[in-house]
Amino acid sequence: MTLRDTKVTLSHGGGGKAMRDLISEVFTCAFEPESKEDQARLMHDALLQPGAQLAFTTDSYVVTPVEFPGGDIGKIAVCGTVNDLAVGGAKPLWLSAAFIIEEGTDIALLRRIVASMKAEADKAGVKIVTGDTKVVGRGSADQVFITTSGVGVIPADRNLRADNIQPGDVAIVNGVLGDHGATILAARGDMMLTSDLKSDCAALGHLMEATCNAVPVRACRDATRGGIASALNEMAEAAGCAIEIIEEALPLRAEVKGTCEILGLDPLYLANEGTLVLFVAEEHAEAALAAMQSVDTGKEARIIGRAKAGNPLVTMRTAFGGSRIVDMLVGEQLPRIC
Amino acid sequence: MRYVEEFRDPKAAKVLLAEIEKVTNEIGATKEKPVHIMEICGGHTHAIFRYGLDRLTPEGIEFIHGPGCPVCVLPMSRVDECVEIAELENVIFTTFGDAMRVPGTRKSLLQAKADGADIRMVYSPLDALELARRNPDREVVFFGLGFETTTPSTALSIQQAAREGLNNFSIFCNHITVPEPIKALLDDPHMVLDGFVGPGHVSMVIGVHPYDFIAEDYGKPLVVAGFEPLDLLQSVLMVLRQIRDGRAEIENQYARIVPEHGNPVSIAAMADVYQRRPSFEWRGLGEIDASGLRIRDQYKAFDAEEKFGIGYAAGPRNVQEPEGCECGAVMTGRIKPTACPQFGKGCTPEMPLGALMVSSEGACAAYWQYGGRRAVEAAE
Repeated sequence: MTLRDTKVTLSHGGGGKAMRDLISEVFTCAFEPESKEDQARLMHDALLQPGAQLAFTTDSYVVTPVEFPGGDIGKIAVCGTVNDLAVGGAKPLWLSAAFIIEEGTDIALLRRIVASMKAEADKAGVKIVTGDTKVVGRGSADQVFITTSGVGVIPADRNLRADNIQPGDVAIVNGVLGDHGATILAARGDMMLTSDLKSDCAALGHLMEATCNAVPVRACRDATRGGIASALNEMAEAAGCAIEIIEEALPLRAEVKGTCEILGLDPLYLANEGTLVLFVAEEHAEAALAAMQSVDTGKEARIIGRAKAGNPLVTMRTAFGGSRIVDMLVGEQLPRIC
Repeated sequence: MRYVEEFRDPKAAKVLLAEIEKVTNEIGATKEKPVHIMEICGGHTHAIFRYGLDRLTPEGIEFIHGPGCPVCVLPMSRVDECVEIAELENVIFTTFGDAMRVPGTRKSLLQAKADGADIRMVYSPLDALELARRNPDREVVFFGLGFETTTPSTALSIQQAAREGLNNFSIFCNHITVPEPIKALLDDPHMVLDGFVGPGHVSMVIGVHPYDFIAEDYGKPLVVAGFEPLDLLQSVLMVLRQIRDGRAEIENQYARIVPEHGNPVSIAAMADVYQRRPSFEWRGLGEIDASGLRIRDQYKAFDAEEKFGIGYAAGPRNVQEPEGCECGAVMTGRIKPTACPQFGKGCTPEMPLGALMVSSEGACAAYWQYGGRRAVEAAE
């Protein structure tokens, strides 16, 4: 061990020995990339199958606080990119991770984040094969920002696109809605809320593999920022058909409902980090549910609605038998006065 | 009792809806000759749309969305003053979240924050007080906003600050009261109203008697209502029964929360800290006598208007509302939001022009969010 500092300083981004020590003793010792070259060289049997397609995605992660009940920024950075691949039907294989670190950040915090990324990558069956580190002055970033890119392989016979959705198809979610958004709201402490909620942050590659192997999935999206409402609106728009969800079928924890009641927020727009919605033909709905429920991250899978012929609108049948439009969110949800 | 689910029971709703239909027929109200019921509170407007109550109730009932959204009725000049305070050096400006997007002449608080002002969202003035304790070298200003529901907590924060002798905490007081604008609406010769659903959270503080004049002087019924869908349906039914029976009374549907005479501790704190302004400007409605509160001289040290020489302390400032806004006509029930020439064109939640599109609880924003936007698109 040559890294003696407890906090990141600008010298850790300077390209010299301090930077080399930080990289080797915090990052590469955990991620264990096969080579220390600037590029990762990738080979996998799945690539050799005729008709297989490469899938490539990238995303940046900023979250306050960086550690919260149920996860941290590193876990989200792995799960989010794995999920971007998985919901497109790809088997996630490799990730890159680029860190922008604020001067003064605790190295112990970085180590926790990196350990959490490694644990989540192992669980998801992906490798973090390349990366980058930059240090910026105090105030130029909020502790740490992470960009992860991911590469996966889509088998030849798989085509998941929102415009595949047909009227009559059934919409299924894998788990409860809004836990992540409500957890972050409480964890920020601005609202003086306390709760036992945990983020739903999870990688969904295995869930998608199990489901796609069991039934032909028409389309899938993860319901991250903007919540389930935004994901469904995007799908309705792409498919050119209506989607109706049933209020009583929506899986919402009492605590999430309560937080939303207090703050005047709508749980349909709260962010999720381990929730997806997929569409299958009605005759495959039961088999899809069974396949999803066989995987940990799909235990609470359930049907929440279906696609219908008509204008690309998302509507919700309320418990009263009334109906209302669930539109795209404008801006961000802000807590109300009273 | 969990106190939420039982007030959303579809079976009970069906019973109430059937009874509402029966009484509406007994009154003889039709789509052409409807009963006009004003829900004063923006929270009620939002609940009506969220649960689709407007579509479930008979066509003979027309809901008129009242002025009860404190964010919506805030005049542009006051937003300008907020921005001016927030942009002062060394100030931490604290506000409720939904006031962030209200447009001022130059910018909203959200835009001022992006331009570098230290503006922070809080959920209570007591959170602002805590910020003041933790930042003794900075001036912490809280944007006191809202009706009687939020007014007591601001009063308590001032009393607490006085007890602690804090000298870096002040309130930009924009608190307003509910009964006065209702009186102004009732005095409006254009107004056609048959009854009111009153805001439950306000009565939790002031009780039901401040509304007595509505029944006694104007002969209109008012029912203080809770915010769950069954609360609203039951309150509408209570208003309808009064109309059918030719009665005009102030009734309390929300008795599980609302004490007849209100909350004495809150009332005492308000009386201690505030006095009425001679008049206060309401966006879309103009000046309304005795409808706003200011901080008493005894607590002058905590009054941001005095501290920064701004607002009413600096004399009146006349800021023109954007042209073509029909907020006043919508708020008095003369037109529906969709009939405003700016609705969905110059005025959307992304770029709100008028007051009622600003807050999620404004009538126009509710119309937009729950389908009005599509109605506009379909008509084109």
